[in-house]
Amino acid sequence: MKLAIASGKGGTGKTLVATNLFYALQQLNYQVVLVDCDAEAPNDMVFFKGEKIKYFYVHQEIPVINEKKCKFCSKCHEYCNYNAIFILPDLKVIKVIEDLCHGCGACDVACDFNAISTKPVPIGSITKYAIENNTFIIEASMNTGVFSPVPIINAAIKEAKNEKIVILDSPPGTSCPFINTVAEADFVVLVTEPTPFGLSDLKQSIDTLKIIDKPYGVVINRSGIGDTEIYNYLKQENIKLLLEIPFDKMIAFYYSNGELISQLEYQWADKFVSMFNFIIDQYGNSNN
Amino acid sequence: MEIAIISGKGGTGKSSISAAFATLSEKVVLADCDVDATNLYILFNPDVEGEEIYIGSQKAVIDYSKCINCGLCIEYCKFDAIYYSDQKINISSIHCDGCKLCSRICPNKAITMIDNDKSRMYYGSFRNGKMVYGKLAPGEENSGKLVNIVRDKAKKLAKENNINTIIIDGPPGIGCPVISTITGVDYVIIVTEPTLSGLKDLQRTLELTTKFNLNTVVIINKFDLNIKITEKIENFCEKLDIKIIGKLAFDPQVVAAMINCKSIIEWQPASDLSSQIKHIYNNLIYGQ
Repeated sequence: MKLAIASGKGGTGKTLVATNLFYALQQLNYQVVLVDCDAEAPNDMVFFKGEKIKYFYVHQEIPVINEKKCKFCSKCHEYCNYNAIFILPDLKVIKVIEDLCHGCGACDVACDFNAISTKPVPIGSITKYAIENNTFIIEASMNTGVFSPVPIINAAIKEAKNEKIVILDSPPGTSCPFINTVAEADFVVLVTEPTPFGLSDLKQSIDTLKIIDKPYGVVINRSGIGDTEIYNYLKQENIKLLLEIPFDKMIAFYYSNGELISQLEYQWADKFVSMFNFIIDQYGNSNN
Repeated sequence: MEIAIISGKGGTGKSSISAAFATLSEKVVLADCDVDATNLYILFNPDVEGEEIYIGSQKAVIDYSKCINCGLCIEYCKFDAIYYSDQKINISSIHCDGCKLCSRICPNKAITMIDNDKSRMYYGSFRNGKMVYGKLAPGEENSGKLVNIVRDKAKKLAKENNINTIIIDGPPGIGCPVISTITGVDYVIIVTEPTLSGLKDLQRTLELTTKFNLNTVVIINKFDLNIKITEKIENFCEKLDIKIIGKLAFDPQVVAAMINCKSIIEWQPASDLSSQIKHIYNNLIYGQ
C-alpha cells in the first residue's frame, strides 16, 4: 500500500499528517517507510531521530561538446526542445546552457560528428535513515538553483519500491512534482484547511486527481478557524472526510518544536491508525 | 520598485502579507506568481481585461495506425515515459517531458507532439490598481516561464499606468518558479514562521537569495507561537547580517478577513497588526 499525503496549498499540514501517521504505525510494529518527496523543502526528519544508513547523489546527464570535432552544423541546437544549446555558427561559438538542459539526450542523437558526450552533474541527494522498530525515512533533497525536483523525487520513491507500507509526503501544488508523487500512490490523502484559499486549492488538487483517476479522501486541519464552505463542498461532492484536526495552539506549538502529537497525546495515534485502517479496508490492495 | 514575497515553506502567510501590502498603496500592480495555486484573485475579484494562452510544454502522442511496435522510442526515452503493455506502445503523459526525441527518431513517423495549451495568464483591474495572475493547468510543468510572463505583463501595466510599485506574491519552495519570481527584483521578503521546519526552509531560501545576490529581508509571522524558535531565527539572521523587518503576532482575524474577501488592512485598519504591517511597508517603500 502506497499512501500519498498531499495538498494544493502549502503549509496546510501535510507533514503533520505524514509524520504522525508514520509514528503511529511504527509504534504498532508495522513495517512502514516514510518518503519525504518535498525535495525543495524536506522537513520530515525534523520530527525524528535516526541513523543515516545510505546516502547518494542524484545526477543529471549534461552534454559536453568537443569543439574540435564540432562542425557547427546547428543540428543539436535544432533538436534541443529546451533552448539549452547556444550556437553562433559563423563565429564558431557553441555553448551548453546547463540550467536549461533536461538531460533528454536529443543533442547527442542529433550529432553526426560524434562531438557530444555527457557528464553527470549532481542535482540533489537521497538519504535513508533507520528509525525505531525497523522502519525507515527516505529523504529527497534538491540542490539550490536546480530546475526541477522530479528526478530526485522519482529516485526517492524508487528506493522504497519493495516496501509494503509506504507513506509519500508529497510536494505542494498540482504540477509536475505533485503528479509524479501521487501517480505512484494507491490512495491520496488531501490535507486542507477550512479557508477560501484552502478550498480553492483543494478543488484544484481534486481536478488533477480525477484526470489521473486516483482515489482520495480529505483531512481538514485547523478546523474551527475559517468557515464551513469546505464541509458543504465535501458533502455536495460526496467526498470522504477522513479526519479533522482542530485548530489548537498546543498542536501548533508541538509542531513548531518538532514534536509529534501522536507521541504526546495517545488518542492522536489512535486517530491516525483508524484513518489508515479505514483506507486499507476500502482501498487496500494487499493483506496489510 | 519590485518587491517579491516568498517563503521556502508553504502556509507561512505570504499571500496574506502580499494582500495587505497591495491594499496599503493608492495604486499598485499586484502579480500573483504562485501559478500553481493562485489565490489572490479570490480576495480581490479583479475585472479581467484580458487573457493569454500559455504553452509551457508539449506531450508526445502515438498514432497507432502508423506505429509498427519496434520499441525504438522506449530505448531512447530518458524519462521512462514510454512502455510496452497490452501488446502496444504507451506513452505516459504524466512522465513525458516533451523533449520530442521519440518523435524525431520514430522510423515510421508515428509520434507527434501536441501543445499543452490549458494554462492561462490573466490581467485586469482591482480596487487598488492592476492585477496579473497565472493559472497553471493541472499536472503541467511547474515552469518559471509562466512566472516570467506574469512578471513581464506586470511591468508593462505598471509603465502604462504610471504605477511605481509592483508587489509579487511568489510560490513556495526554492525551485525554478521561485528563481523566476525573484530574479532582478529590488527586494525579496522571506516570510517565515517560528517552527523548526520554518527555520530549516528559511536557511535554504536564504542560500538561494544569496546565490542570486538579492537584497533580502525577513518577516517572522506568528512569532508568538514559539518565542524560543523566534529567538533562534533572530540569532541566525543576525549572524548572516540579514535584516528582520518585522515580527507579526498570530491573529485569527487574518483568516476572518480572508473569508470576507478582504486583506487584514481593509478588514481591521486600526488593529495592532494592521498598523505594524503599515509601518513595515512604509519603511520599505519610503525608507522610514
